[in-house]
Amino acid sequence: MGGNGNRLAEGGLIDRSTSIPFQFNGRTYTGHPGDTLASALIANDIHLIGRSFKYHRPRGIYSCGPEEPNALVTLGAGGRQEPNIPATMVEIHEGLTARSQNCWPSVRFDLLAVNGLLKPLFAAGFYYKTFKWPPQAWLKLYEPAIRRAAGLGHLGVHPDPDRYEHAHAHADILVVGGGPAGLMAAHAAGAAGARVILADERARLGGHLLGENCEIDGRPSPEWIDTILHDLAGMETVRILNRTSVFGRYDGLTFGAVERVADHLDAPFDDLPRQRSWTFHVKQMISASGAFERPLVFENNDLPGIMLAGAARAYLNQFGVLPGRRVLIFTNNDDTYRTARDLVHAGAHVTLIESRTETETNGRSLIAEADVRVFYNHVVAKAFGGKRVVRAAIAPLGQQADTASTISLECDLLCVSGGFDPAIHLLSHTGARPSYDPSISAYVMTAKERGVHAAGGAAGCFDLHTVLQEGFQAGRAAAAELDFTAPSELPLANVEKSPTYRVSPLWRVPECHSPGSSAYVDLQNDVTVADLELASREGFGLAEHAKRYTTLGMGTDQGKLSNVNALGILAGMSGRDLEQTGTTTFRPLYTPVSLGALAGQKRGKHFRPMRKSAMHDWHKNRGAVFTHAGLWLRPYYYPRAGEDFAAAVQREVRATRSSVGMVDVSTLGKIALKGPDAGAFLDRLYINSFAKMKIGRARYGVMLREDGMVLDDGTVSRLASDHYFITVTTVNAPHVLQHMEFCHQVLWPGLDVQFCSVTEHWAAMAVAGPNARAVLSKAVKGLNLSNDALPVLNIVEGTINGAMVRLFRISFSGELAYEIYTPADYGQSVWDAIMAAGKDYCIAPYGTEAMTVMRIEKGHVAGPELDGRTTARDLGMGRMMSAKKDYIGRWLAARSALEDPNRPQLVGLTPVRQGGDIRMGAHLVTTPKARGPNLSQGHVTTSVFSPTLGHAIGLALLNGGSARHGERIFAVYPLRDEIEEVEVVSPVFYDPNGERMRA
Amino acid sequence: MKVEQAPRLATIEGIAMRIKCPWCGDRPLDEFSYSGDATVRRPDEASAADPAVWQDYVYLRDNPTGRHIEYWQHAGGCRSWLIVERNITTHEIHTVSLANPQQRESE
Repeated sequence: MGGNGNRLAEGGLIDRSTSIPFQFNGRTYTGHPGDTLASALIANDIHLIGRSFKYHRPRGIYSCGPEEPNALVTLGAGGRQEPNIPATMVEIHEGLTARSQNCWPSVRFDLLAVNGLLKPLFAAGFYYKTFKWPPQAWLKLYEPAIRRAAGLGHLGVHPDPDRYEHAHAHADILVVGGGPAGLMAAHAAGAAGARVILADERARLGGHLLGENCEIDGRPSPEWIDTILHDLAGMETVRILNRTSVFGRYDGLTFGAVERVADHLDAPFDDLPRQRSWTFHVKQMISASGAFERPLVFENNDLPGIMLAGAARAYLNQFGVLPGRRVLIFTNNDDTYRTARDLVHAGAHVTLIESRTETETNGRSLIAEADVRVFYNHVVAKAFGGKRVVRAAIAPLGQQADTASTISLECDLLCVSGGFDPAIHLLSHTGARPSYDPSISAYVMTAKERGVHAAGGAAGCFDLHTVLQEGFQAGRAAAAELDFTAPSELPLANVEKSPTYRVSPLWRVPECHSPGSSAYVDLQNDVTVADLELASREGFGLAEHAKRYTTLGMGTDQGKLSNVNALGILAGMSGRDLEQTGTTTFRPLYTPVSLGALAGQKRGKHFRPMRKSAMHDWHKNRGAVFTHAGLWLRPYYYPRAGEDFAAAVQREVRATRSSVGMVDVSTLGKIALKGPDAGAFLDRLYINSFAKMKIGRARYGVMLREDGMVLDDGTVSRLASDHYFITVTTVNAPHVLQHMEFCHQVLWPGLDVQFCSVTEHWAAMAVAGPNARAVLSKAVKGLNLSNDALPVLNIVEGTINGAMVRLFRISFSGELAYEIYTPADYGQSVWDAIMAAGKDYCIAPYGTEAMTVMRIEKGHVAGPELDGRTTARDLGMGRMMSAKKDYIGRWLAARSALEDPNRPQLVGLTPVRQGGDIRMGAHLVTTPKARGPNLSQGHVTTSVFSPTLGHAIGLALLNGGSARHGERIFAVYPLRDEIEEVEVVSPVFYDPNGERMRA
Repeated sequence: MKVEQAPRLATIEGIAMRIKCPWCGDRPLDEFSYSGDATVRRPDEASAADPAVWQDYVYLRDNPTGRHIEYWQHAGGCRSWLIVERNITTHEIHTVSLANPQQRESE
């Protein structure tokens, strides 16, 4: 047992019979089941946990919950390393390793603590004012240096080995928070029969009652909690989710939550996800999220050994740990007297420093029998100590601190309490603004929203008996709104009476405003009173301005402990009241959520769906390298042994152009249309006409957007008088279908046509090359494929290997070519049959790169040219635009500016220099040294090395390009300092008359 | 400034995280895709040649607050285009109907 020095012999909700070893900064300590990392560290008398964000000041454990600003640690290592975790929320488990953050070489001796000495230099706005010149230095010098010095923990760089999942739950009522109000709310609503989700962020339900020494119905509070939990467990419609933080409220009572399923277990967790991110869809919500105790602001209020009074009480009562023996308690409210009473009972020597006068306090009765000295109307002016508080100077409130009236008191624990702030985050996430309630000196949510309830601390109620009643009433009310009848009797008899909670605001101790002072308002981001004063003086005194100027409230704790004091201080400085100062906006996330939980299963291969063609396995076995096209995986090229990318692609092109090749084109979007008006519908979608096209024919078609720019291209085939089949580009297919549905349902519902995507239903392959006809004649039985029987752009049906196929004589490669479509289940067998038939002709499968090379050699446009800024005219297809019919985009395509002959038009490029290269994305200029965007006359859209021509070729969009064939210009790529002289040529490099295609 | 009164629960067709599709019922937002103002009408044949009319239809949109009538498609469901009346300040959805007028009449 490694010195559990502060652990009491009895008391608390921990199991002393079991010891659990854990590591902190490389040393092994022990704790007990029920401990948090924070309670176990205090038990081991460790108070220095980390170094602060900016000044590297020593920091300890300040709170007992998710609001912890100081005691942030890095857990785990390797892929499981996780920074900035509050030690107060980490459950002790075997294998737990934790490290201090923002310190080097160690937390006890930290070199960058020198920042603290330079503190006057590092005031708010320092970066903005100082690191401005020269501009280049910011990226190279200032930012890297600042990032190393400031900040919290570091992200791990290894892949996270754990599993995360997403889940949805629907319920009638969500109760957020399992403290006294939440338990009663769930009990009332559950008893009424409503489907209830009760979520609480801690391992154990009960909220602050777990850390209270009080009786309910004559039983200690933990026993009462167990009774209620037992009741709830018996209600079939109630679901309890512990270790579940509801982090955000979204429109319409939708909530985000994260459940830490296995964080308290030793990794690996077998088949459990580490965390589960929940979406709750509910009809009513009860926020029983409690309240945060507010710090007090005085000189050196950040020393280790200074903690919230309620936290000290919780460490004592829930964890059986005494955080200090000589205790000062500095307060402005009555709740703190409970802490004094309990600490004295546990054997501590306690002195109370009360900012109010004796007559203003209600809590005295609690310490009537305890030996507690009380200094009324006094404040702690300054704390002293290095790595732990040792002494405090107290002075009468409102008097200048001078040696005469200052009293020095020794201590090893200084508890503070500035009152309580309702946790109204979930009540304000959809935009409602809180208002200031002077009766509790805190912000509450007064705006009422349908289906939203608040009870207990979250509603600004701090008296236990009333809290229980409010919770019960909120549960009843929520159930009643959904027509459930709840019992009217509160299921408890009596609660120990306690003095009424009162508070007198003390936003800061008045003496702490000298420049360079160390009175911290935001402990996590090292924002002092002096920083706020500077912000106010420089015109950033409104809440939203001061936040950004000083970074107050912008840490991982999002200012849970600092915001309200800052508002009070800013109001005091400007003379505005609290309403005029404004508040900052609460947004999700309430507490930090790991990216893993948000990503869930959507990582790696599961990031998005993957689509594979029916012949995918064949490609894989053939050694294809794959590429992504939209969601599809397509063969990029098929390298043979010893071949690199260029060699494989060139071989595939040569094989196709000299004999025959085959490419999988299954990924093309395919849409089948039927109905008497199918042709009329297509006529309105495409710039060219199809209604009068003969059955058994196919035609290339282009669609525009309504603004006249090209939307997509593909082929349209007519299979019967009322049956058409169209192909659209792979990546655009979902969008084009959506567009067609809009046109049909919204614009022209009177047209009698039905259509749907059949992309997955058909496997497709293109067979191209001078020997394509010979190969297919072997594969297809009983069909005449001669030029007369099946000329270009004609269709015929047949069978290959017993499977029905449609043969389209369509060529994008410039060769004699056919596209073969067959039901997807037969895709592989048809592919095999054609490969077998082509064996004698050395048929080569080719990938998308060889396909691209051949389409560029042939001057066909594709994605890079259809970039949403090009018209049909720009791409040389102006003559396809029908003047005889209305179609989408017709009228705006006729705008005079779009008919300007100087618009960028499709051209081909070849390098002048032998061996020259044309880079995709290069800009076209007329003088080689030209610089600047206004000098660009166009850009290279695609470029490849053409094995057929033996040199690089490119397609480009060049101003007035159609009329500039033969001109020599320059393709420049300033990022790499490349300049290439090129000649403008026709975009059709290969077989311009189409003789090979029609052969 | 006139503050619009939030309607009673019973009159609401959904809230922005869920939309009640006339065919498929109450469905989550991620099944739907948004497509802008549904008050604009594609010019008919008679006004077709007037470029100003087309300019309006393609490029000009009001930028209202409060209630807004807009197109959505139940892309992850029945593929119907819908006309949704939604308050873009409070995100409440007031009505949902099929955009296809022929189907709407037979509803």
